[in-house]
Amino acid sequence: MSSDTITSTEVEEVVIKFAGDSGDGMQLTGTQFSGTSALLGNDLATFPDYPAEIRAPQGTVSGVSGFQVHIGGTDIQTPGDYADVLVAMNPAALKANIKWIKASKTIIVDADSFTKKDLEKAECDHNPLIGDTLDAYKVIKAPITTLTKEALKGLGLDAKTMARSKNMFTLGMVYWMFSRPLDYTEKFLEQKFGKKLPLVAQANIKALKAGRNYASTIEAIPNQIKITGTQTLEKGTYRNVMGNQATAWGILAASAKSGRDVFLGSYPITPATEILQEVAKHKHFGAKAFQAEDEIAGIASTIGASFAGSLPVTTTSGPGLALKGEALGLAVMTELPLLVVNVQRGGPSTGLPTKTEQSDLMQALYGRNGESPVAVIAASSPADCFDYSFHASKIALEHMTPVILLTDGYLGNGSAPWKIKKMDELPEIVPPLVGAGAENWKPYARNEKLVREWAIPGTKGLEHRIGGLEKDSESGNVSHVPENHQKMTEVRAAKVAKIADYLPELQVEGDKEGDLLVIGWGGTKGSLLSAVRDMKEEGKSIGLAHFNYINPLQRNVKDILGKYKKIIVAELNLGQFANYLRINFPEFEYKQYNKVQGLPFTVIELKDEFNKVLNQN
Amino acid sequence: MELEKVKYTYKDFSSDQEVKWCPGCGDYAILNAVQKAMPEMPVKKEDFVFISGIGCSSRFPYYMNTYGFHSIHGRGLAIATGTKLANPNLSVWQITGDGDALAIGGNHFIHAVRRNVDLNVILFNNEIYGLTKGQFSPTTKLGMKTKTSPEGQIQNPFNPGELVMGAKGRFFARVMDKKPKHMKQIFIEAEKFKGTSVVEALTNCVIFNDKIHDQFTHKTNQQNMLFVEHGKPMLFGSEKQYGLMLHGFKLIKVELGVNHVTIDDILVHDAHVEETGLGIMLVNAGMNDGLPRVFGVIRAVQEDTFEVRMQAQVDSVRENTKYNNLDDLFASGETWEIK
Repeated sequence: MSSDTITSTEVEEVVIKFAGDSGDGMQLTGTQFSGTSALLGNDLATFPDYPAEIRAPQGTVSGVSGFQVHIGGTDIQTPGDYADVLVAMNPAALKANIKWIKASKTIIVDADSFTKKDLEKAECDHNPLIGDTLDAYKVIKAPITTLTKEALKGLGLDAKTMARSKNMFTLGMVYWMFSRPLDYTEKFLEQKFGKKLPLVAQANIKALKAGRNYASTIEAIPNQIKITGTQTLEKGTYRNVMGNQATAWGILAASAKSGRDVFLGSYPITPATEILQEVAKHKHFGAKAFQAEDEIAGIASTIGASFAGSLPVTTTSGPGLALKGEALGLAVMTELPLLVVNVQRGGPSTGLPTKTEQSDLMQALYGRNGESPVAVIAASSPADCFDYSFHASKIALEHMTPVILLTDGYLGNGSAPWKIKKMDELPEIVPPLVGAGAENWKPYARNEKLVREWAIPGTKGLEHRIGGLEKDSESGNVSHVPENHQKMTEVRAAKVAKIADYLPELQVEGDKEGDLLVIGWGGTKGSLLSAVRDMKEEGKSIGLAHFNYINPLQRNVKDILGKYKKIIVAELNLGQFANYLRINFPEFEYKQYNKVQGLPFTVIELKDEFNKVLNQN
Repeated sequence: MELEKVKYTYKDFSSDQEVKWCPGCGDYAILNAVQKAMPEMPVKKEDFVFISGIGCSSRFPYYMNTYGFHSIHGRGLAIATGTKLANPNLSVWQITGDGDALAIGGNHFIHAVRRNVDLNVILFNNEIYGLTKGQFSPTTKLGMKTKTSPEGQIQNPFNPGELVMGAKGRFFARVMDKKPKHMKQIFIEAEKFKGTSVVEALTNCVIFNDKIHDQFTHKTNQQNMLFVEHGKPMLFGSEKQYGLMLHGFKLIKVELGVNHVTIDDILVHDAHVEETGLGIMLVNAGMNDGLPRVFGVIRAVQEDTFEVRMQAQVDSVRENTKYNNLDDLFASGETWEIK
């Protein structure tokens, strides 16, 4: 730990961005810093930002991989807009991130990586370390590569292997700056490499310590920084989760609560693949993860498993959802449960596979032939991916309907502390199963939820046929009767609409009535909430209605909309939710704030925009 | 506990729905053969599931008094895969056609075959699109005039058996609508076989492609149909006077007693051989080469199914897991208390 002789500065929160080449290990460095901070009781939010290519051309701006972490002693809602500390392992990382650092704050660079060749690769016309380019910042030019090699001399490693530990050297420096202990990372390195590659473990730990000692020796910053503040997290036991992991766990929990084994049929696609990978690890919980030959087989096999009585899940991103459209319609027609998780990314087409966006809303709501209603739900933080995948599964099973759960790359890859859920805190899930011996059972007869019962193959006496052709409203036999089609079309819509009876009310943060209602949905909650809270502290009359339930909408939405002078809908697309609200509640006027840069909102831009709207006549 | 033994008849498997194929369609014979085969299978009625895609043949599940799923074009096999994996105890039958399985569903077909889930696939091959009224399919012969090939079809057709061999399928058989008893027997063998069993059923489309298989299926053409059985010599013809021999790398047709050919010269069918070389020759026989078309179980090579391998992994993970329940999993890794 830090020496007692050095004085320290106290701050409530800090944003650190680790950036380097995609082979420099910045994701690991960032997660280690986050893990250590979480164990110290800090709240945090992280955001990895990496290129679509696994190894983009080395040293180029397109190959920069970044990991931003926002930690604090107070409530942290977002990974932060601008960094207080930027670690740039090469000129490309500096070039790509310089606009994301606050003025007068600290930049740590590996001075060894600013050779003529490095600068050329990054297309820098001059060396930013020479001259006045970086005068506005406090720059620590550390010869990190040289120092790392020096520290590891004598271990018998070659130069290339030694250089690989430079990320741990850097992490050591940042640990010192923020008075963090090394033991979490030491333990991690021993566990990861200890048995198979003890020398690598040793080298990395040595580099970590050397970095810490170096920062202390040069007094990298005049005062070490201490993170203080009043803890706002609820009491309880916490761990870090990534959004995609939480989604997978919510599904596993729904499986346990419903007694239906998970069948997850999927095809790998960025940024959703981790859900399939996570479920594949948990076969012992009865979960079957099936990697299909394509997106269509992913959903089709899942529908087959749904027919057979599983908790059926398929996971994808926008292009995959497009491919699944026809099969989704089949699930609508056959009224089988189905959970489709769409971890959204920038589109259209292949778009921006590793960047975030909220532009699949209309596809989720309407992207099928025919009148084809499905429930649509959106998660709004890495941790609540657990809650919403659980509830989406519950709705799919209890209401015998496809449910699309929208998350996004920002949530899926982001991480945050999660108050560990206990299984006995979760509600039961009771699918409308029908057992052998049911008399006069009819496949399309409905219960009070307008839901048909689920008779699964293997149940004696309930043999029946389902399919994509229109069904008779009771027997389920093929029917081309005009009135029957109208009736069935309406009842399928009414069934989904009726889910609203089982949803909690929409809650408003901030003022319950007043000048401005900010509306958002899904993954933007953290930024919107931070902006609204700030503005409320500044005395503005403002509230936030953040939507997790998109279709059906909650019963009290209209009441809420009517209580403000102005409404603005902020979303990472060109206005899809705003248009959806216009269809549902045309009596209100909706202003829009839209961003499609593959990036989340910054709190600063949101506040600017909301203030502008408040000041307009 | 003694398993309940129920004697079924084919009537138990007929649904109350009117069969709506054209009069004279070969599909009726296949439906009948399936319904007659089922009482002889050691499967409870409620454990049968029939899953189809789209096309004339795919109406099949509606006519069966079993669990059934008439799905979407080309995807029946993917759906059936999910059903079987979700509940391996079911006897899952996938009903498909030449368009459904080999055009729009081609990708699912080859992957299902290589994956080897215990499914029974009946591929109705009439070499034409019937339900859309007469366009060429992936098995339509080169040169054939159809509504979408008015000057003749210019693509080489797929041979379903060759695709199965190419994807290292474990079971392939061929039957025809005109031999219902043989069909029934082959369906029973397909059910018995653990793995993906593909049965190609040559069926006549009386409206759009009438008599297309007659060269190999009409009773007057016995010299053009060879019914193979494992361990038996490959003899054919009205008097079983012809046989197949291997000449170099080619199959040839010979006549017993002619050129000193004896029964000992005739190839003996081995359906259990791992190598697909001879199997490919057998499935291709009859393609303008003077050889008969081959019917019966051409290949049946047992291997662990996908679901058996999957269960083995489940068992092993169960044994070695450190998580007894989800609470254990959620609380794993680094945790901390907020007090």
